[in-house]
Amino acid sequence: MLKLQSVSKDYSLRGQTVRALDDVTLEIERGDFVSVVGPSGSGKSTLLLVLGGMLSPASGQVLVEGESLYDLGPEARASLRKKKIGFVFQTFNLVPYLTAVENVQIPLFLAGVDEANQRKRAAELLDRVGLADRLHHKPSELSVGQQQRVALARMLANDPAVILADEPTGNLDPDTARAALDFLQEMNQEDRTIVMVTHDMAAAKRAKRSLRLAQGRVCDHTPADGYGESSAFLELSSGEV
Amino acid sequence: MKLKTLVWREIFERKNQLATSFFAILLGITAIVAIKNVTFYSEKAVAKELDALGANILILPKSVSLQDYYSADMQGEVFPEEYVDRLTGSGLQGMDNLSPKLSVPVEVAGKRFTLTGILPKNEFQAKAAWQGAGVFARPQGCGVVVDVPGKDTPPAKETLVRKRVIDTLDSAETLVGADVQAALNLKQGDTIHLLGKSFTVSAVLPQTGTVDDSRIFAHLHTVQPLAGKGSVVNAIEIVGCCEQISKGLVQKINALLPEAKVVTVTQVVDTQIKTNQMMSKLSLVFLGIIALVGGASIANYMYANVFERRREIGTLMALGAGSRIVVKMFLLKAMLLGLVGGVAGYVLGTLAAVILGPRLAGVPVLPMIWLLPAALVIALLVCLGASYFPARRAARLDPSAALQES
Repeated sequence: MLKLQSVSKDYSLRGQTVRALDDVTLEIERGDFVSVVGPSGSGKSTLLLVLGGMLSPASGQVLVEGESLYDLGPEARASLRKKKIGFVFQTFNLVPYLTAVENVQIPLFLAGVDEANQRKRAAELLDRVGLADRLHHKPSELSVGQQQRVALARMLANDPAVILADEPTGNLDPDTARAALDFLQEMNQEDRTIVMVTHDMAAAKRAKRSLRLAQGRVCDHTPADGYGESSAFLELSSGEV
Repeated sequence: MKLKTLVWREIFERKNQLATSFFAILLGITAIVAIKNVTFYSEKAVAKELDALGANILILPKSVSLQDYYSADMQGEVFPEEYVDRLTGSGLQGMDNLSPKLSVPVEVAGKRFTLTGILPKNEFQAKAAWQGAGVFARPQGCGVVVDVPGKDTPPAKETLVRKRVIDTLDSAETLVGADVQAALNLKQGDTIHLLGKSFTVSAVLPQTGTVDDSRIFAHLHTVQPLAGKGSVVNAIEIVGCCEQISKGLVQKINALLPEAKVVTVTQVVDTQIKTNQMMSKLSLVFLGIIALVGGASIANYMYANVFERRREIGTLMALGAGSRIVVKMFLLKAMLLGLVGGVAGYVLGTLAAVILGPRLAGVPVLPMIWLLPAALVIALLVCLGASYFPARRAARLDPSAALQES
């Protein structure tokens, strides 16, 4: 499903080059749920952005269902994201001046769905996350947990095969975090592939596999407790410890 | 959800930031519309005044110096009547009426008057060559109001006072000025003896307050033999179209008649031309100001808006928005700004012109609907032009950098 082949990525910061990803090779199969852990600055978010077609690597290839992501032009990459990839952000990134239902409509509007179907589908999704009574509330009128649920509904709008979640529980209280993780697991059970970046070891354990990054290298892979039966397989990079 | 919903909501979310740019475009368009509106009616009013004045170009013998416009033909110097043929045969545009004149002093009942020979319109039409030139076949007035509907049309002979030409005049007919009538106690149908010939008074002309009041008008071809001067005239009066005068009609007549002197009612025409030019330049200056100030203000606002929304743009890109939709998002916003600014500017500018025009320019001003599309085009061009580069910058944002800035 997702494959990284010798991917490296450098950032230039105040005249110094920082290597965010260092010759990473890994493969994530369809239906897998992988958590990516590691200290701050280890390259977790960079990995997620590279996987999502948002950040070109300096070298190497990223394949989504066999298609080389960065051999596509920017418009084609945007189109692929629209069809196959759903993002969940730590700060939710809801558009502040749109209501909950309108926020969920965005991916549908971008996909060219007509307005009536946009509204119908968005309302269904918000109902699914328990916000049927908050359709016309703006993000500022919702609690943090409710905002995260709107973001999850928006992520699901185009029925993505791959979900990339960046610290999805980072801003949530334990109960809300648990609900968000339950939701992601539910998505995974629908055969969606999930890659979740997190600092939270408890959250990481909810994944089928856990991947540790340090200094841009995949340095460990651990079948998470309770998910050891997964058939997912991670090929480690040359930096394997 | 449509693109316009997204744009509309964002505008209302940050309307205070947009206010400065909106006022820049609004005031610019208001100023342009108001100036154009007042200028148009001001030009029309001056043109009407010129029309009321009568002839505004005089052709005189070269040696004559013009002291008084109305007595220009009383200098004694003459030139051939054939100049009239040259003018009518030239095909020059902008000559509404032609009136050749020959004036000689006469004494009636011990009082001195001026006998002026003029050529009626039917004389022009009788000449095949002149007919071909079609001087009087062309529409007259150049857009100037010649006849005011609702006002009494003066008797045919009295049109001489205003239009400097009459339709018909028999060889034994005269028209007498108001002072002549008063001095000699004449009335229509009376007989008057001039230079040994008897004339019938066919009309008494209304008071003009000029030397024309002391004139007795008769047919040019009757006056010429009585004066013993042959086929000559003292002057040719031309009612020239003001617009054509500003485009060089006088210079063209000068080139056609190098032996003669061509003069205009310079103060009036020059003032008109200078006013028109000044107003045109002022409009251009305002156009420049709106393009610079309005454009800079909008560009500045748009760049700030792109910077402020980079996270939102990054999110949209993560959700699958391509660069085209991002560009459209900003250009649609600029278009809305231009449309609203253009329409509101037109309404305000028209109101300002209608209310202030009569006070500032002393002319009545009416709304001009064709200024609405012009205002819209200008406002849209400025707004879209100023927003193009910010929109392009938004489309080229690095979404990963925008998303990582949290």
